[in-house]
Amino acid sequence: MATRLQFENNCDIGVFSKLTNAYCMVAIGGSESFYSVFESELSGVIPVVKTSIAGTRIVGRLCAGNKNGLLLPHTTTDQELQHLRNSLPDQVVVQRIEEKLSALGNCIACNDHVALTHTDLDRETEEIIADVLGVEVFRQTIAGNILVGSFCSLSNRGGLVHPHTSIEDLDELSTLLQVPLVAGTVNRGSEVIAAGMIVNDWTAFCGSDTTATELSVIESVFKLRDSQPSVIVDEMRKSLIDSYV
Amino acid sequence: MSGILGMAQDAGMFMVHQTIGSVLCCKCGIRMQPNAANMCVKCLRSEVDITEGLLKRLVLVHCPECESYLQPPRTWVKLQLESKELLTFCLKKLQKNMNINKVKLVNAEFIWTEPHSKRVKVKVSVQKEVYNGAILEQSYLVEYVQQDHMCESCSRVAANPDQWVAAVQLRQHVSHRRTFYYLEQLILRHGAAARAVRIKQMDHGIDFYFSNRSHGNKFVEFIGKVAPVKSRSDKQLVSHDSKSNNYNYKYTFSVEISPICREDLICLPPKAAAILGNIGPIVVCTKVTNSIALLDPLTLKFGFLDAEQYWRTSFKSLLTSRQLVEYIVFDIEPVSSEITVGGTKYVLADAQVARVSDFGSNDTQFSIRTHLGHLLKPGDHALGYDLYGANTNDMELDRYKGYIPEVVLIKKSYEEKRQKKRAKARSWKLKSLNMEVDDKIKVDEDKRDAEYEHFLKDLEENPELRFNISLYQNKDYQPSEVASVTEDDGEPIPSVPDDELLAANLLAAEFDDLDLIEDGDGEDNMAE
Repeated sequence: MATRLQFENNCDIGVFSKLTNAYCMVAIGGSESFYSVFESELSGVIPVVKTSIAGTRIVGRLCAGNKNGLLLPHTTTDQELQHLRNSLPDQVVVQRIEEKLSALGNCIACNDHVALTHTDLDRETEEIIADVLGVEVFRQTIAGNILVGSFCSLSNRGGLVHPHTSIEDLDELSTLLQVPLVAGTVNRGSEVIAAGMIVNDWTAFCGSDTTATELSVIESVFKLRDSQPSVIVDEMRKSLIDSYV
Repeated sequence: MSGILGMAQDAGMFMVHQTIGSVLCCKCGIRMQPNAANMCVKCLRSEVDITEGLLKRLVLVHCPECESYLQPPRTWVKLQLESKELLTFCLKKLQKNMNINKVKLVNAEFIWTEPHSKRVKVKVSVQKEVYNGAILEQSYLVEYVQQDHMCESCSRVAANPDQWVAAVQLRQHVSHRRTFYYLEQLILRHGAAARAVRIKQMDHGIDFYFSNRSHGNKFVEFIGKVAPVKSRSDKQLVSHDSKSNNYNYKYTFSVEISPICREDLICLPPKAAAILGNIGPIVVCTKVTNSIALLDPLTLKFGFLDAEQYWRTSFKSLLTSRQLVEYIVFDIEPVSSEITVGGTKYVLADAQVARVSDFGSNDTQFSIRTHLGHLLKPGDHALGYDLYGANTNDMELDRYKGYIPEVVLIKKSYEEKRQKKRAKARSWKLKSLNMEVDDKIKVDEDKRDAEYEHFLKDLEENPELRFNISLYQNKDYQPSEVASVTEDDGEPIPSVPDDELLAANLLAAEFDDLDLIEDGDGEDNMAE
């Protein structure tokens, strides 16, 4: 189920938050209603961690992670590193990496099995990614843009890419990632997908400018519609009550 | 993105063919090609109205009398409905507003409206950039309301139709109107009186009235180029607005043409003779344009006086063409070779002549020297001035102590031959200006007709006079088979060759070839 929300009247929530299957990170300094949305969706299941990275609030774009690990830029302070290590579950490996391209969220798009990276990433960083996140790494461009982390949003069930991606590119990426991909937009025609939305296997959050069409596209490609517990019960009810009248 | 692909393609790399995929419009969900806004055109149009803030309703001020439109602040431009010029005029008003809104004009055309609806509708297509790069084109209707307002010149004309601002008074103090007939043809040919509000024939001259001082000035300059004139101008205050310091004047130009005409005999005062290199005091005027050409018939020396020089010495003619007397030539003997003066050939010759009135009755003969040696043969008639018998009242002539010829021949006479041919219609005709004639002045009709006939004969005889004049084919003219053009002695009467005539049907359609008189305004604009 996809939810629409805003961070301080800004629809680019993917900038201020990061969502994976094991944890959720949000920026500090926002209003309580922002957190309450996350908490209402996720609190029982995964921890929602408030943090800053390198003293900034743009946590979504600076770090990259999945259920296995989290990668932080070299600008992260020790306190933040410690705070994250404490707050996140133990199986999540928190690693700070020395990489010239420090906006890891813009450079790396990953799910639990496979990652797409910026073409100019260091060799060592690629190895660390493969190591820490436990993924297969592919250097790719999306619609000719090298910032793959910004223009694509991945989960284990599907992915949404830049709207100008050609059909050949879509096929190629889909083969690499082994998930269905669709080209679309978010936040009323914005092409920067990952800045406008965050997603994991059962839920997604989008900026409030997202139109109903975009929302339906997101829900269908990430297969979010059928993942609520209530849906399953409803289906069961249909089969149980078959000869009522 | 396309830049990198382009570079790669130029380098010869293998490029996978890229098919553009389709996305859903973010608003309405229909499949479409992705664009900069990622919305289908309809949604984009419903979102953004690029015509917002543009002018849709404007006022055009129009003068119903002269069909012109006001271009602020003061100019009135004559424009036709649904014409290209009107479209440009209308679009100019929109331009500034469009530039402010950063909208680019792409196309414009007229939508038809009833002529009396006082509305002009223009469909305008504009383009604007929206949403980071997408260019949207939209067309909309601009309605111009035509407000009627008389322009200044029409209101001035309507208030007082006879109102003039500048008047040119053209005068020549001679007893004939030959100059004015000639000037009338010149004016018609060059359209100099096209802007005259009124033309009035006066005693010894013509008055031209104009609605603008510059028009009057232009006319005076034109006259100055074709005749030797002396002019002065004056102005009279009509009204005065003390608040805005506007003064309205009536301007009058008084133009006097020199009284010297072609074929006049002149006795030059010593001062004038000195300017011209001391040519003999008796001279003949051969040509008058903006300078006077004088020829000494005894020595074939010539001189030119331009207007300024003439008015400084300002002599009068001794004898004019009224006083020409007919002579018969007995004998002619060329003395010099052919000399060309100002385009005309002359041969100095000694001749024996006698007055036609004397011929047969007495034996008075004169041996004279004449400059018409190339024209005259024994037995010809010629016209000349009889100084032997003339009673002149000229101080210069009295003062002159040297030799004065008794007879000065001027031109060959065709009178005899003409009389045989009795008032035959000419193959050509002339137009005339629309002149008012003052009823109070008594006009001698016969004298006027005779003068006009004389002028027409002059035109026939002198090709150089015809140079600046437009002659038109007379459709009524039928060459008669009975009377042959050539005479017994084989010499034809001078007539205008057909190739000099302008065919009436070559001119503007308004020309009515049966009607000699027409309006001064429209037809004066014709170009030869």
